[in-house]
Amino acid sequence: MIEFRKEYFADERDDNLNEIGKPTQRQDMLGHVTGRSPYFDDHLFDGLLHLKCLRSPHHHARIRSVDTSEAERMPGVKKVIRARDVPLNLNTLLSLMDFGLDDEPMLADKKVCYVGEPVVAVVAETERACFDAIAKIRVDYEVLPHVLDVEEAIKPGAPSVNPTYPTNTFLYHEKYDHQKLRFGDVEAALRQADHVVEGRYQMSPIEQAPTETCGAIAAPETNNRFVVYTSTQALFFSLGTAAKMLKVSSNRLHFIGGTVGGGFGGKVDSIHEPMAILGCMLTGKPVRYAWDREEEMQVGAPRGAERWYITDGVMNDGRIIARKFIGYFDSGAYTRLSSYAIIKGTGHLPGPYTIPNVSSDVYCVFTNRTPATAMRGFGITGVDFSIEAHMDKVASKIGMNPIELRILNSYRDGDMKAHRRLAKNTALIECCQVVAEKAKWKIGSEYKAMSSLKGGGGERALIPAHTAIDQKGMVRGSGTSSFGYQPQPYVPSTPTFPSTPAFPSVPAYTPAASSSPAPGAPERRPAENAPTPSSTYNPTPSQPATPVEQRPAVNRFSSISGLRRR
Amino acid sequence: MAKKPIQFQLNGSGQAIFAEEGSNLLDVLRRGVGDLSPKYGCGQGTCGTCTVLVNGEPRLSCLTLAETVEGQSVETTAGLAHGPQLHALQHAFMDNFAAQCGYCTPGMLMAAKALLDRNPSPSREEVVEAISGNICRCTGYEPIINAVLAAAQSGGRRYG
Amino acid sequence: MTLHRGRGFASINYPIGMNLGGDPSQALVHSNPDGKFMVALSSIDLGQGMKSVTRQIAAETLGIPVEDVYVDTADSDTGPHCMGSFASRGTHRVGNAVIAAAREARSVMMEAAAQELEVNPDDLVTDGKGNIHVKGAPSKSITTAAACGAAQFKQGRTVSGRGIFLVPLSDVDPDTGEMTPVTCFAHAAMVVDIDVDDETGEVTVIEMNSAYEVGRALNPRLVEQQLIGGAWMGMSHALWETTEPYYPDRIHGPVDFNEYLMPGPGDIAPHHISVLERPAPDGPFGGKGPGEMCANPVLPAVANAVFNAVGVRIDELPITPEKVLRGIAAIGGPQPQPKW
Repeated sequence: MIEFRKEYFADERDDNLNEIGKPTQRQDMLGHVTGRSPYFDDHLFDGLLHLKCLRSPHHHARIRSVDTSEAERMPGVKKVIRARDVPLNLNTLLSLMDFGLDDEPMLADKKVCYVGEPVVAVVAETERACFDAIAKIRVDYEVLPHVLDVEEAIKPGAPSVNPTYPTNTFLYHEKYDHQKLRFGDVEAALRQADHVVEGRYQMSPIEQAPTETCGAIAAPETNNRFVVYTSTQALFFSLGTAAKMLKVSSNRLHFIGGTVGGGFGGKVDSIHEPMAILGCMLTGKPVRYAWDREEEMQVGAPRGAERWYITDGVMNDGRIIARKFIGYFDSGAYTRLSSYAIIKGTGHLPGPYTIPNVSSDVYCVFTNRTPATAMRGFGITGVDFSIEAHMDKVASKIGMNPIELRILNSYRDGDMKAHRRLAKNTALIECCQVVAEKAKWKIGSEYKAMSSLKGGGGERALIPAHTAIDQKGMVRGSGTSSFGYQPQPYVPSTPTFPSTPAFPSVPAYTPAASSSPAPGAPERRPAENAPTPSSTYNPTPSQPATPVEQRPAVNRFSSISGLRRR
Repeated sequence: MAKKPIQFQLNGSGQAIFAEEGSNLLDVLRRGVGDLSPKYGCGQGTCGTCTVLVNGEPRLSCLTLAETVEGQSVETTAGLAHGPQLHALQHAFMDNFAAQCGYCTPGMLMAAKALLDRNPSPSREEVVEAISGNICRCTGYEPIINAVLAAAQSGGRRYG
Repeated sequence: MTLHRGRGFASINYPIGMNLGGDPSQALVHSNPDGKFMVALSSIDLGQGMKSVTRQIAAETLGIPVEDVYVDTADSDTGPHCMGSFASRGTHRVGNAVIAAAREARSVMMEAAAQELEVNPDDLVTDGKGNIHVKGAPSKSITTAAACGAAQFKQGRTVSGRGIFLVPLSDVDPDTGEMTPVTCFAHAAMVVDIDVDDETGEVTVIEMNSAYEVGRALNPRLVEQQLIGGAWMGMSHALWETTEPYYPDRIHGPVDFNEYLMPGPGDIAPHHISVLERPAPDGPFGGKGPGEMCANPVLPAVANAVFNAVGVRIDELPITPEKVLRGIAAIGGPQPQPKW
């Protein structure tokens, strides 16, 4: 049952428009109920070829050698694609917005970093022929130590997952190994609080599970173009990614999509389009690359598992005067979009409440897990679960009605938020009041009388006179021209490793030794007894397909505001 | 690979095609015959997206060997409407906004049709059971249940 | 076996659009000679109703019936750039781009009508039914079809418009996190009632009551679709879903829908929704974007209800029967909390 409570905020709306506000039928509904809505796979091509990938069985391993000779002779096989066939075999999704370093290959070359990472692609007449050929490919792996837990991954000595970010954290603003939020003085306020409430919260990785699996079909079009039917959630993300990795002019790519069988964030990653087009380029035939359900669940990027620690300082009357977060996003082996979600999550803290002292440290951590990506509520769902479960603990601790606790602390129009912008257009209090009334959950009359429109601003609009800032997690070498990605970060001077730092040849990206670690955030020091990098990753200088020399390393490494650096 | 001739009725019209031995009904319908209304959802028989009717019974076409429908009658969503005249279920799905992405809709419609064909006045519980093999990730199922009940209540008459 | 009833509460807000901005979307609108309009986008409809809501926005802005508009998306040869469908940005960003494009097209249509009627275009209004007439004088009118036809066949005007919407990219201060994340927020509050079986550990959702503030509800049925389906997904996240049930151990990773669990049609609970509409100052006709945030309050509300029912805090999702039973055992038996 749904009702529209038009009496709320009525004076802010014009309810007498012609089309807006009407329960008009969906434009696509007739197509849906007749089975005629054209999804990407509903385009038929004569001579369609299929593409499937050989995937890593290991969490972390060096690829010693790959032998595809037998697979190439299998019936129906048209092309076996290796890393060297990819024109630019390194990308990061947000490079299209100039955020972050290229860190993920289309096909693994030197090593695999997660179970399911694609190593070889086979194009054949049927999917079955692809699988039969894949079974004949011989890969010699040297298994490496792996790490699957975010807090283990940033401990000294943890295996280095992602060669682009050798200490397993994304780098924010060329400066810190985490994203900071500082508003007021949390530690001082915690000392003044009547109660301190602590909690630890863990999300699980979650599959977007659209009923249509991800995929794309690429076919030759006239005049040396390619037409691509795709399930992407972001047409130009996928087009731009394909143009970049295949080194093709974007107007040679004709992308058609827009009718998609559910996405929920799982169809942003632009995995299928570049691969299908590459298969099409190499065979001259239409090529379909789509995941089956098992791939969708185990290879497709999930909503990442976030871990949050929250510490609240609360007064006896229910006012929360301090809130501290430490968060770890499990990005998996590559960045995809986790780095971005952390900034989004940081801007969201401390939730819809006005709290005068807030701090957070959020880490984007690389582990040998399936890369994580967007999902409905990305960057927010996990921390909202944590905040609201924590609010319930606060209510229990001080014996307060949980809804009254929310209303008391709710942000209102004119309040200063922790990211230092004034709140406007707020409506949390009204939502609390309406649902309490619906569910017959009694709240006091003074709470029924409160309003998002009243009582905000004034002192609540002020930025704290003193904000405690710190340089914990600062990365040595930041701001220098040698900072950021190094073309050959994994070539230490010696294969043995008794007492030298983990990455002696890399001046950049070693944490400053000064600060004291926060709880749950162990001090970051170079590994004393890490596995020797040289034994794990030693690129051959003469690799023709190695793209690192072709990319402007330092300038592309940017903060989210990197656009201004161009 | 060897190909095998198969003849069957699809939505009332005869089909005669050659299909690879061992191929499944979903592939034969989509790529062999060109009826794109049944969708691939999992290929494992766990999502119901590919549901079609064989002799009036709901079947997971991804797990049905194509050769087993030799001489049988197959129905898909493409045959649900008669010309421009929509089936009562199609009208009810529209009226109840029972589709968002629409990808599970053809399978849902077939599962629901099988129910209504044998039980024109199902209870809510019977509707729930009939569609419980079909996964929808968008709607939360409530609008779909309501749509099937509404179609049953219309008795097919309202929509002719 | 005892069933313990519990109820939990949660309230949330949600940022609308890509965080920090810098995410443009564009739209092109043009009319056929008979006054039927096409909207060309490269935005994606993945079920949320992008085609439908932009169609209504275009019709409202043009001042014509919704049947006179068709939205064509997404073809990169004809649809101009759009960042994509994520971050609850579609309605807000694309909607605003469509308004801009439709306004430009409308102004040409009105100029053409004015020329035909020999009046000042500022004196003309649309009636939303396919007519343009002089303010206060409905008899002095021309159909939108005739105006668009005259524009193209007599006056040599293209009845078309271009639109883009961009929230400028915000900086982020590395030391304080100061930033402009978004321009508006949606809100929600939820009460969930559940039963916990202290023998099996099963949690059954009995009822959900919610209040969602979504900005202007541009199409109430599309909003309803999102809220019902989204709350179902939130319940699913809370109690069922995981790709790695023994996180971070990767064993037992599901590969099909027999192992990856979600509530089926027999597991759903009545959900009573109240929608509040506080228009976003910069949203298209005040619209925000309900698509993502509708799931979020359910997860903590369910966890809080489990505590209320049996006194067990489960801080790791999903709340499986195993975790519930282990939690009950750890506190020496169920400890129901005071009921609200």
